[in-house]
This record gives sequence, structure tokens and C-alpha cells, in this order.
Amino acid sequence: MKFTGTDDYVATEDLMVAVNAAITLERPLLVKGEPGTGKTVLAIEVAKALGADFIPWHIKSTTKAQQGLYEYDAVSRLRDSQLGDGRVHDISNYIVKGKMWEAFEATKRPVLLIDEIDKADIEFPNDLLLELDRMEFHVYETQKLIKAAQRPIVIITSNNEKELPDAFLRRCFFHYIRFPDEETMADIVEVHFPGLKKNLLREALAAFYEVREVPGLKKKPSTSELLDWIKLLLAEDIPPEALRSKDKKDLIPPLYGALLKNEQDVHLFERLAFLNRRDG
Amino acid sequence: MFLNLFTELRAANLPVSLREYLTLLEAVEKNVANYSVDDFYYLSRSCLVKDERNLDKFDRVFGSVFKGLEALNEAFGKEIPEEWLRKLAEKHLSPEEMEKIKSLGGFDELMKTLAERMKEQEKRHQGGSKWIGTAGTSPFGAYGYNPEGVRIGQKESRHRRAVKVWDKREFKNLDDSVELGTRNIKIALRRLRKFAREGAETELDLQDTINSTAKQGWLDVKMVPERHNKIKVLLFFDIGGSMDDHIRICEELFSAAGSEFKHKEYFYFHNCMYENLWKDNVRRYTDTTETLEVIRTYPKDYKVIFVGDASMSPYEITYPGGSVEHWNEEAGVVWMNRMLENFPNAIWLNPVPEKWWDHTASINMVKQIMGNRMYPLTLGGLDEGMKELNK
Repeated sequence: MKFTGTDDYVATEDLMVAVNAAITLERPLLVKGEPGTGKTVLAIEVAKALGADFIPWHIKSTTKAQQGLYEYDAVSRLRDSQLGDGRVHDISNYIVKGKMWEAFEATKRPVLLIDEIDKADIEFPNDLLLELDRMEFHVYETQKLIKAAQRPIVIITSNNEKELPDAFLRRCFFHYIRFPDEETMADIVEVHFPGLKKNLLREALAAFYEVREVPGLKKKPSTSELLDWIKLLLAEDIPPEALRSKDKKDLIPPLYGALLKNEQDVHLFERLAFLNRRDG
Repeated sequence: MFLNLFTELRAANLPVSLREYLTLLEAVEKNVANYSVDDFYYLSRSCLVKDERNLDKFDRVFGSVFKGLEALNEAFGKEIPEEWLRKLAEKHLSPEEMEKIKSLGGFDELMKTLAERMKEQEKRHQGGSKWIGTAGTSPFGAYGYNPEGVRIGQKESRHRRAVKVWDKREFKNLDDSVELGTRNIKIALRRLRKFAREGAETELDLQDTINSTAKQGWLDVKMVPERHNKIKVLLFFDIGGSMDDHIRICEELFSAAGSEFKHKEYFYFHNCMYENLWKDNVRRYTDTTETLEVIRTYPKDYKVIFVGDASMSPYEITYPGGSVEHWNEEAGVVWMNRMLENFPNAIWLNPVPEKWWDHTASINMVKQIMGNRMYPLTLGGLDEGMKELNK
């Protein structure tokens, strides 16, 4: 099993090594990076490349570690007992499997994505230490030990909203997705929009990196915003010349709403453009 | 195998553990890396570094171990960005001095010479007239008296016991978006949590439901409101001046406190409490809140945390008009006592290490005013302080 990127996903050399290390040593891979650099997509693409099942577990602020293992549905058992349902005598009827259980049970080695682990409570990663390490857990209600048939490929993403505990980090491989340089970016765009006119691509990338360099932006546009923007440019059939911002008079690239997601950023941008126009 | 890399990384203060090292060896054994330096670099980075803030440090150590490149020189970073120097110079030099820079061929020339010197210079340097260092007559370095001198690395005032500070300083707003190392602080602050049930009944009370179902003979569902943290906190931050050294740790405290308490208000002050406080440092001279208003607004059950180094001249505490920034009608101690009277649950957190407290008179004075409830801003101190607040 080796991951070398897919038709839809450009993986850099260092990312491939990290993914392959995680696959070979059967340890979780922790992926961090700017929002929109393809952390979540990575897991989907790894699953696709390896032909494995993809099991996503999206974490919210209220998610508990236990929910990934299983939940005991006491309320419906109580209701069944009121109605005299026969199922009530077997407690295992009321154990609801979580995503991790699902991944442990799979007959073929699946890819388990634990998405945005930093959104959860601060103790969440600690509660999963043993489960991720040994890939097994105990169901108290039925006194059963659930053990992974084969250790799933675990990919964990984080947006850095909370610090992760050291004990947890030590058990993972780590990769920080850097913002791609212009060359890699051209590859990525080529994958998503094959046969894009060469000069349009060049102008779009130049304008894009220029926007990223505007000082004081709250949220710099990232890969996913660039792809959306190019999609729009193509849909509107904007000629490459229109993107050229050499002329100070029109610093704002067309359809910039796709690049800037923040009202303050748009204001800042318009102010800068206005100042330039006045100078020019 | 690669033990050298491991020990060097530890020596450079990267938090690598034995477990991660063994993982790396295991990966090498299983041929994850294809015998190329690049692959090995990627692999070891992925195994040993768990935080993007350490990536750069790792790169430098890796370079020095495997290529015999220049060792990392933390004490005197060789790469001082020109941008930074330029800013520093603009800040510290008066227009006349800027004029005099031209005597050396203008700013760009100065920077060029500096860059050359930096290349030549190996060690820290003091005195003399050519090298970059402190207290010399060379144009570069701090405390120098060459008119063209560029101050490097010395931004704060040399003497802490200034009686009057005349120049208006720039103050930085504490940024609560920083989340570095806040985990430990958060856990310490958790001690303060007190949960109470309030509001809409949204949760099933299982125990009560079982009890009343058994009693009634039919399913009798009981609901309770969700538990919320009920603790209310007022934070007062000392900002600017001697606190510059401690801004980072205070930012951490601030951002950790932000998510731990439901009712949290913060105010800034400078050195000591007087009649006015403010919430935004940029508008501190126009947009102030009267301390009396704060006392009136918040009820007694608010817990008060002062954060400050309490290092100032004693006059600032004991005499009317002692403030370094304005004329205060009443002495700082009067205002402090007024606060403490109204908020009996109060502590003072001090970022200055505890062993130095005895050497600054004002720290002892503040500690006395606080009734000894001053704690160092360390995990242990936080813990102690939270215990005190919970009494």
C-alpha cells in the first residue's frame, strides 16, 4: 500500500512520505495547515487511491470521545420496556456503534478521518489515547472487547484552535501543509481545470498571490478560494487581460468576492485601491 | 543510529521524546524512506516535529547535523531582516540624527555596512569601535553614543525605577487570539469553575426519571436545564512600560481565560489603579471607564484578578499625583483599597519570578495592600490563586 497522489490531488514529496509512514507504521497522521489547503480532501483522496472505505468523523464542540466508540441508548430501551417489546432483554440491541467501532469492524482496511479535532473539548484527544494506540476498546454494557480486525489508516486534521496534549502528539505522525508555491499551485489548478488557457492561468495566479501579499488581511485566500475564483472566471469568460493589474487604476481583480471572505478585508482592499487610484 | 540528531534536537530545546525517536527507527527499518537524504528528512520531520512553530528550528538542527552547516546561533540571530532594522532606526532616531546618518553615506549605506559586519562578526561583542555589540562607539549596537548608531535588540528602558516617564509610550493591546501553550493555564483556571443549572430545561435527568417512573408506574420523563459555568470574573491587566517583558505570558493567560468563563470582563490600567480604567489601548486617552463606575456596575460576587508586575516607584502607590501619566487626586493605595472593599474575592498575579519580589519595594507594598494574596504567574501560582479565590 503506497500513496503517490491521485489524478485529482497533487501531493508534494514530503506529504507523500508522511502519509506512507503513517500507513506503514499503522499510526495516526495529524495534518495541520491554513484553512483551505486540502486537509480534509487529503483523507478522501488517500481512501480513493488505496481503494479503501472512507469513514469520516466530523468533530464539533459538543462531540465526546465516547460517541466515536459507541452509545448506549437508554431512553429507547426504557420505552421498549414500557411497551413490552421482547428486544429489551438483550442490552446489545441498544448499543449504537460509533465511527471508530465501524472502522475497527471493517473487513478491508478503511481510512478513518477525524476531522477538526481541535473543535472538541480540551480533554477529547486524551480520551482517545488508548483507543488510537491499541486500536481496541471495552464495551462495559456487554462486557465485550472490540479489537480492530486490521488497524485502520487514521487521518486527523486540526486548525490549531486548541493546543493538543503532548501524549497525544507523540503517538502521531505530523505534517504541516505549507501554502503551495506558484509552481505547485499551477499543477493543482491544472488538475482541477485541465487545459486552462496558459496566459489566463498565469495572470490569475499572479493576481492571486498579489492579493495574498496585501498586508493586514484577516483571512488570506487559500487554494480552495483560488479554485472557486477560477471557476467563476471561466464561467464569466473573463479575458486574461482584465486580470492584469499593472495598471494602478484597477487594482481590484474582477469577482474578488470569491477570494475575500471577510467584510473587513473587502473594505481594506477597496480602500487601498482607492488610494492607489488617487495617487495614479 | 541517528542518535546525534536526537541529542542535538533535544539540546536545541525541541520537545522530542524517546518514543518518537523509536518510531523513526522503526520507520527507517520498514523502508518508508528510500535511502535518499530528502526522504529521510521528510520522514524524520514527520516523526519528530509535532508543531509547525518548531519546523524552522528542526530544519536548522537537521542541516547542522547532516551537512555540517553553520550551527544555529540563537543568542545572536545572524539574520536580522532589514525591514526590522529600518523600523527600529526610524523609531529611535530623531530627525537631526537621521540627518547625521548621511555622514556615513545615508541609510542604505549604513545598512550595507551593517550587513557586511554581521557576516564578519562571530561572537557577542562589547566595547570597541568596529563590531556590533553593546556600549561601544561603533555605529551599530545598543547604548552607543555614535550619532549614527543603530540600536539593536535593546528596546526597553534600562532603568526600571523611573520616577516620571515623560515620553508617551506605545502600548500594545493584549491579543487574545494567541493560543500558545494555553493548555496548562486553562486547566489551572478550570479550578474556578462552578457549575449551576439555569435556563431552559433541555437535558433528560435520568436519575429523576427512573425514580419518578418507578413511583408513578408509567414513564414520567423529567428534564433539567443544562449545566453552565456560573463563575463571574473581572480581570485587570497592567499594560505598557515594565510590563513589556511579560506581554507574551499575559496574552496566554488572557486567551485562556476567554473561553473558560461565561461572565468575564476585563480592564486595563497602568502600573497602579487610579480613577480611570480603559478597555481599548488605542483609545485609552479618550475612552475611559471610571473606576467608581466599575465598582458600581459589578456586584460583590464577581471575583477579581489583577495581573501586573507591581514594579513602579513607590510614589505611584502612596502619594496623590504620583502617577507617571497624569495628575491623580487620590493615591493609588486609596483606589486599591476601595476595589478590595467592594470585591472581597481578589488576587494579584505577578509575572515577575517570586524570588525577586523582595528586591522591589513596590511589589512588597502591593502585596501588603492585597493582604498577601499575590501569586506568581506560574502554574503553581495560578493553582494557589484559584484556590484562594474559591474560598
